[in-house]
Amino acid sequence: MENSKNIFNENPKSSLAKVLDIISTMASKPSGFIGLAILIFHVTLAITSPWFAPYDYKAINPTLMLNAPSSEFWFGTDSLGRDVFTRTILGGRTALTITFFGSIIALLWGGLLGIFCGLVGGRIDDIVMRIVDAFLSIPWILAMLLIVSLLGTTTEVLIPALGFFYGKGIVRVARAATHDVIAKDFIVSAKARGHSNLSIIWNEILPNVRDAILVEGAMRWSWMLLGFSSLSFLGFGVSPPTPDWGLMISNARGLMSFAWWAVIAPIVGLSSLIIGINLTADAFAKALGIDRSTKAPV
Amino acid sequence: MNTNIQEIKDLSIGFKSQKGEQISILRNITTNIRKGETVGIVGESGSGKSTLALAMMGYIKQGLFTTGGECFFKSLDLLKLNNKELVEIRGRKIAMIPQNAGQALTPNLKIGYQIEEALKLHTDFNKVEREQKSSELLNKVRLPSPKIMALRYPHELSGGQQQRVAVAMALAGNPELLLLDEPTTGLDVTTQAHVLELLKDIAKDTGKSMVYVSHDLGAIAQVCDRVIVMYAGEIVLEGPVRKILKEPIHPYTYGLLKSIPKLSLSGLPDSMPGSQPQPGNIRSGCSFYDRCNFSDDECKVKVPELKYLPEIDTSVRCFNHSELTSKTNEQKITSDSKKEITIDEILDLKDVSISYAKQGIIDQFLNKVTDTNPTVKDINININKGETIALVGESGSGKSTILKSIAGLLKTKDGYIKFDKEKLLSGDLKKRSSEDLRSIQLIFQNPDESLNPNHTVEQILSQPLKLYFGLTGSKLKSSIAELLEKVRLGAFYMSRYPRQLSGGEKQRIAVARAFAARPDIILCDEVTSALDVSVQAAVLDLLQKLKEELGTTYVFVSHDLAVVKAISDRVAVLYQGRLCEIGPSKDVYQFPSHPYTEVLIGAVLEPDPDVKPKLVAEDIVEEKPPEIGCSFQGRCPRILGEKCRQEVPPWQIGENGNAIRCHINIEELKIQQS
Ligand SMILES: Nc1ncnc2c1ncn2[C@@H]1O[C@H](COP(=O)(O)OP(=O)(O)OP(=O)(O)O)[C@@H](O)[C@H]1O
Ligand code: SF4
Ligand code: SF4
Ligand SMILES: [Mg+2]
Repeated sequence: MENSKNIFNENPKSSLAKVLDIISTMASKPSGFIGLAILIFHVTLAITSPWFAPYDYKAINPTLMLNAPSSEFWFGTDSLGRDVFTRTILGGRTALTITFFGSIIALLWGGLLGIFCGLVGGRIDDIVMRIVDAFLSIPWILAMLLIVSLLGTTTEVLIPALGFFYGKGIVRVARAATHDVIAKDFIVSAKARGHSNLSIIWNEILPNVRDAILVEGAMRWSWMLLGFSSLSFLGFGVSPPTPDWGLMISNARGLMSFAWWAVIAPIVGLSSLIIGINLTADAFAKALGIDRSTKAPV
Repeated sequence: MNTNIQEIKDLSIGFKSQKGEQISILRNITTNIRKGETVGIVGESGSGKSTLALAMMGYIKQGLFTTGGECFFKSLDLLKLNNKELVEIRGRKIAMIPQNAGQALTPNLKIGYQIEEALKLHTDFNKVEREQKSSELLNKVRLPSPKIMALRYPHELSGGQQQRVAVAMALAGNPELLLLDEPTTGLDVTTQAHVLELLKDIAKDTGKSMVYVSHDLGAIAQVCDRVIVMYAGEIVLEGPVRKILKEPIHPYTYGLLKSIPKLSLSGLPDSMPGSQPQPGNIRSGCSFYDRCNFSDDECKVKVPELKYLPEIDTSVRCFNHSELTSKTNEQKITSDSKKEITIDEILDLKDVSISYAKQGIIDQFLNKVTDTNPTVKDINININKGETIALVGESGSGKSTILKSIAGLLKTKDGYIKFDKEKLLSGDLKKRSSEDLRSIQLIFQNPDESLNPNHTVEQILSQPLKLYFGLTGSKLKSSIAELLEKVRLGAFYMSRYPRQLSGGEKQRIAVARAFAARPDIILCDEVTSALDVSVQAAVLDLLQKLKEELGTTYVFVSHDLAVVKAISDRVAVLYQGRLCEIGPSKDVYQFPSHPYTEVLIGAVLEPDPDVKPKLVAEDIVEEKPPEIGCSFQGRCPRILGEKCRQEVPPWQIGENGNAIRCHINIEELKIQQS
């Protein structure tokens, strides 16, 4: 509750202090703390792993095929004799990078279109939302498969394609948040003063919808990660021999009954990252005072 | 025999802050509710009224807990009962009508069904008895034709009727104690007076005890026998209604009563400095110390006890209450400082009609007028430089609609609005020049809505300064500081966010933002109705001072006739979007008046139990203005018959200069109304 703080003596804060404040609020709950810890762990790992990976991730050695975990190979080796530990700690790098930039693209176009629709309303809003809904009903994986098979699986194709498909949900959230704000008197007041539309969007609307959009973007990130890994699993993500969890799972799954280690390690990597992002996004939402549980998932 | 139905002993309620400190909301409440008595609990927003009322039925809001004390209903301590025992009592023994109860009716169930459900829950009647009882209840709350009403859905009732249904539901279990939280807040003046009348009669007829929670001393004066005044979570004064309202012996109550504008006085009411402290921010010593005119050094350090004075049956929490008894009765005679307005027209509304109906594309193409009965019609008002003109009327009378069209937020259908004698104001905001936009500024009703919650005060005030004057850097900063000083706030407010301000401070920022544009005209839309009375007086005072200093013209929209009387030079009375009467403020409040003005003035509640409202017209709510004839025909107590239904009444000018639009000859009206 607003009144539960001694609001009159609260000092104004700089933006950095505000960010730190939000992070410390997030970490104050166990779930938020765990989420943040996992996320930071994964990001740090992704950045630093090339320096301490014990083996060469692409060194094939037929004599070491499917060795069980040992002190030499902590997570064992795969069907080509490559070190699973090395490949696992490197395996999140591509996925994280591609989906991170994909999310930013999703945020940008989804957020802007959503705010635009919320702002103009009326017929244009109707038409745009119909189109978005129509896209929403296409199974995204089919569409993605079509795109990558036509244009290839390069990063330049994957990032915008993923960004596009995962932006649809953000459009709806941004539009709803804008709708809520637009009826408020401070917008009417700005209009009556004669501010331009651009100035109204930038000064009055954006600060009030930013939080909702960022939270949605964080959620979409975890979904996108799952989506990207599915693509890799199907062989449409990264190309071998680049280590990637989805691809690793796909390659090793046939051998699961006798070489479980080759599958378990990437599964743990992938799912812990997804859970970590999810928990973080949730804590982020709570710290900003947005209640996601009341909003229907899109 | 014990005549108390409820006894509260030393009750304290609080919550734990995020830092883990215990913060109290109610402190050491001790009071009794006697059998058959109606007790009013008054206090400003946040004083703990609702929390106390809820505790009276054994309910503590989530997040709160009692930190001590007891709350007896007869011999049961409600705070010690378990849920099952409480369910037995709630509805059957103690019923509550919560704030906005009328609006909270289930929308998709018929009225009759909802009342029968309440009966099912709280009584042992069988189905046939329930049906009969339900129409009895609807009758009791004076709903016209109960049989038909029972088959209606809530949205088919007016606000006042919904509130009556809520009362009927609360009466279903035949409770001994009825708790009402702001039962008439948000209703129109005439409707409010009628609902209060109903409650009073129910109390008299059934002998039930009632607790009436309200911030409105006018309403309290009408229904209550005894009054409890709360301030910052404490009872500061308690006693018989006449004693409290006519000779208040606590400085807070004294100041509060002084700050209420009254029809019997002219000029602005006195204002109280400061605002009520927030929970957790309450000073040691007397909690009213910072705002008190009677304080001394003792008050600063010692907490006054609630002391019972048997000779006047009053309890008071103040060291210096005896000083007040002598002072109370002297009424301040405010000299009417309003200067004569020179006729120098700044705004001219000519034959203005405004319609919300959307025209079809084809009609637009053929240029066909589809709406023959627009929301606002034939408005002719001239506004002079430097005057304050008020638009009054109940909800739906088109006050805000007219303001919006002056501001360019709504297009007029017919007629025109002329600014500064020659400039026609376009109905399209985009077509207005930046100079015209700057000249006319708006202040809104609710500062929570009109200030961007994510902007600091500095950002809020810099918007118009940058837009109209292109100020930047240190020039901008010093202008903002100047503005803050103008609205009596310090420069340190610059870095605050709206949520860090009190209601009155927020509205001051909204006022400062309007003045930042250095406008000629400011449109004020119910600017004080979201504020507490003591704060309202201060904001009115500020507006008046700024106007005197800068010569600004105000168009002031309000539903509160007493506030309008205090601040305006001229008044225009509107009913259903049509003008009824217009003239100098002191004359509009004098007879002869238009019959609608008469109804409105009659319904004003004065904070005085000896001044009763005069209820002359029914509180029907009309959805649409009539197509032909007089706009007020549907509710007019003086209607002449066919003439009023068929012909638009003519304007007549009274001897005092007010113009009245009515078929009754003005001399005749004067005789009838005197
Ligand atoms: N659950 C809660 N947690 C923290 N503070 C609370 C809680 N409920 C109420 N308060 C605070 O307690 C104080 C008293 O609240 P209460 O609702 O009783 O006021 P009130 O006098 O009825 O005001 P109003 O006229 O606005 O209805 C307020 O400052 C309010 O913000
Ligand atoms: S105790 Fe002192 S400060 Fe408090 S109300 Fe009385 S005179 Fe004022
Ligand atoms: S014209 Fe007739 S209906 Fe209208 S106010 Fe006068 S008397 Fe009443
Ligand atoms: Mg309340």
